[in-house]
Amino acid sequence: MLFHTFDETLKPQIEELLSLGKSAGADLVEVFLEKSDNISLLAEQDDISNVSPSFGIGAGIRVFLGKKDGFVSTNDLSKEGLLFALNQALGMLGLVTGSLTNDKFEGLSDLRDFGTKKNDWLEHSPNLDESTIKLIEATKSLADKNKNLQVRRASYARNWQEVLVAATDGVFARDIRLHQTVGLNVIAQQDKNRSTSARRYGSSDNPDDLRNWEIEKSACELNESAQKMLYAEYVEAGQMPVVLANKFGGVIFHEACGHLLETTQLERGTSPFHDSIDKQIAHKAVSAVDEGFSNHAFGSLSMDDEGMEPQNTLLIEKGILKKFLSDRAGSLRTGHPRTGSGRRQNFSFAAASRMRNTYIKQGNFSPDELIKSVDDGLYCKSMGGGSVGPTGQFNFSVEEGYLIKNGKLDKPVKGATLIGEAKEILPRISMCANDLDLAAGFCGSVSGSVNVTVGQPHIKVDSITVGGR
Amino acid sequence: MDNSISSQQIGELDPELLNSLLERYSNDSEIVKWDMGASASRDVSVQVQQGNAKQLKGSQRNSMTLRVWNKYNQVGITSTSDLTSEGINKAMRGAIEASLFGNKKESPEFSPLAKKELVDINPKSSNPHSIDELLSILKKAEKQLIDTHQSIDSVPYNGLNESYMERIYLNSEGANRHMKLSQSSIYLYAKAQEENKKPRSAGGIRINSNLDELDIESCINETSDKLISHLNYKSIETSKYLICFSPEAFLQLINAFSSMFNARSIIDGLSLMNEDSIGNQIAVSNLNISDEGLHPENVGAFSFDGEGTPTQNVKLISNGRLTNLLHSEATARKFGVKPTGHAGLGAKVSVSPDWLVVSKSESDIDKEKNLNVKNTLKEYILIDELSAIHSGVKASQGSFSLPFDGWIVNDGKRISIEAATVAGDILKVLKNIVKIENEQIVTHQGISPHVWVENISITGEA
Repeated sequence: MLFHTFDETLKPQIEELLSLGKSAGADLVEVFLEKSDNISLLAEQDDISNVSPSFGIGAGIRVFLGKKDGFVSTNDLSKEGLLFALNQALGMLGLVTGSLTNDKFEGLSDLRDFGTKKNDWLEHSPNLDESTIKLIEATKSLADKNKNLQVRRASYARNWQEVLVAATDGVFARDIRLHQTVGLNVIAQQDKNRSTSARRYGSSDNPDDLRNWEIEKSACELNESAQKMLYAEYVEAGQMPVVLANKFGGVIFHEACGHLLETTQLERGTSPFHDSIDKQIAHKAVSAVDEGFSNHAFGSLSMDDEGMEPQNTLLIEKGILKKFLSDRAGSLRTGHPRTGSGRRQNFSFAAASRMRNTYIKQGNFSPDELIKSVDDGLYCKSMGGGSVGPTGQFNFSVEEGYLIKNGKLDKPVKGATLIGEAKEILPRISMCANDLDLAAGFCGSVSGSVNVTVGQPHIKVDSITVGGR
Repeated sequence: MDNSISSQQIGELDPELLNSLLERYSNDSEIVKWDMGASASRDVSVQVQQGNAKQLKGSQRNSMTLRVWNKYNQVGITSTSDLTSEGINKAMRGAIEASLFGNKKESPEFSPLAKKELVDINPKSSNPHSIDELLSILKKAEKQLIDTHQSIDSVPYNGLNESYMERIYLNSEGANRHMKLSQSSIYLYAKAQEENKKPRSAGGIRINSNLDELDIESCINETSDKLISHLNYKSIETSKYLICFSPEAFLQLINAFSSMFNARSIIDGLSLMNEDSIGNQIAVSNLNISDEGLHPENVGAFSFDGEGTPTQNVKLISNGRLTNLLHSEATARKFGVKPTGHAGLGAKVSVSPDWLVVSKSESDIDKEKNLNVKNTLKEYILIDELSAIHSGVKASQGSFSLPFDGWIVNDGKRISIEAATVAGDILKVLKNIVKIENEQIVTHQGISPHVWVENISITGEA
């Protein structure tokens, strides 16, 4: 094994590898090394039912020639394994090592180590003993709240990742990432009625996150949601105004607009906003950002997976499109500048432009004012997942919803799915409240599943299609 | 250029070496009972854009899951992608530590079938192709697809892949399973737009064990035909309709609710069924559903599951009655039956279907026997593909609300539906089936005929 530790001592070996690629005629060669140490736990009812530690190593080697690139990933970090991967990536572009072209590699810069202060995070994170105690406490707390909860589950995942990025443009950077998530799921049952409710909490860069988790508050919130939805009727379908709650309500912007502002979509020609820079694409009430800074937010990062520090990227200002999110390949192919948004699930994916912490900025209204402005509509208190298709059509499900009648919340309803097209819906977000909040989530796309934050204040959409029965 | 992925056997698994390392580390740790599942794959894929190579990818991946039983019979597992001796030793230590937290009330055991003779499914091996060959094939397919109609402007999502996979199962009682196979796949997802109208999209997927036999032509034709048919679209009224699910859509729906057949989900209280549901009439009496991992059309079939149990075909619904469940060793023990070959590997073992086959039973006639997707003249909605399954299905409640691609059909004429969702309850769908067509169609995810269901809610974006 070549790489037991990720530090400055690897420089000569990596430079040798990069130099081979560069001398074969590549415009740029990038090496991504990764080690991971993860645990996942599951508590069901009052027992721990699964404890799954996992360890991983791997490398991804990417070679650019013009606007083309070849990417090879491998678990084999021996010298032979990495050389094989490099040769395969070069071969994809018609290049062969030993060609001795005139391309010169100037060498790597000094290591930019973003992980220096994080070296003890793995040891400082909760161990299995502490984690299991916390999960059992959570499922017992749920039981204490209500005896109708037929299923009580609490899960915990701790993902630790050490990465090192080196490229022939001189980039040489290391980071340590720590993400923790807790999920709570319940099924409530009474007579023939059944409801399911779920919540996820997550943070990055905070070894104490699980220790600080407010179990009682989470259990109360989840139980309340499950009980309210137990006797909820199915929502009646149609077009209507909708008020979306803050935090995870932000999934509407993530799906309806965020993905379409990634250069990944521009490259494919599937973004309806490809020629809309400095044009009005949303209601003037809407300003939105994507950033990697918010303290402990799930999508925050010290550097992206191409070794670049993240930016605070203003996407939309008062409805006008200002910027796209770009990675290295996206910048090369579309001309939009890199924004520190090159992200990948792990070494087996090439980086692509992906969102980090993405949210609509808060406005001046109170949440009550939004609800009062609706005579007959839907309040979405809790959202499920969603997706966006190749023509900008998006959808997402409502986990906990209430009718709005004459400006007041009315009975709970279930089974709602919101569908629409980004270009049509963004101009209909007409009011933003003053209660911006963020929520943790996972986003799946071309470079795998990455940690992201969605967020928004309460917002009002003047009209959207609500699928139901 | 020699860029064939078969030119070097880096990453291949060595069962004898793995076994000896595990024996050594288990002896050192005083572990007498262990089992292990490992897999390796080598993979090359290409994507193109407007005649040019977009992204070329290759990978060599190894992974291993090790399970140990400590002296209190508590089970611990660890997964790792580091298959060096150091990595395997670390995995052993991790599994032993995890075993201290193993569930005392329920422990998996070795499958009683882990050493039973396997069905020889004799997978075909593909001759490996170079990147240039893959690129050439995909570029040609992209051009051919775009050329089929003037409104098709691009194929934004596409890929051609060739891969080799192997899987091993070993245990401390001498079980030793090893199998290799190859697989190729193509997906083409095209976009079209006519003047002053919205962009439309459609796609197709094909899988085969051998790239030379991959039916690319039919994938191009299917994608093109669907996309052209979506160019003329309209919104529809929100109402209840007669629905015809395409084979793909019906399989998507059944797969989304496969927890009905999953013994693990039943034990955990997550299924619509319960431990007394076997024998109950849960669908119309002319519906059969089976899981047939050994079906010859299932080109990705392995002959054993994560616990080493031989893959088996299992009848799940016969004449509308729930007849069997999918089992791991632990769930089979609890139900007093034998494992069915559908398990993963873990401290708590998951169960999942391999290859669903939907068919019409001979025992009863259809309620609407004259319905047929080729010649029915009455109004109905043809649902071709469901979206957002991960968010729109509540498997433990039985409800779904899903966007779909499809057409409203009247007098045999199809008009694409602009945007709509279909919503309902799976048990009502199974009881409201009015026609199961005779012709079974092979898809990339299983086999099914067209299935007609009455009185389903559709929400149109009107």
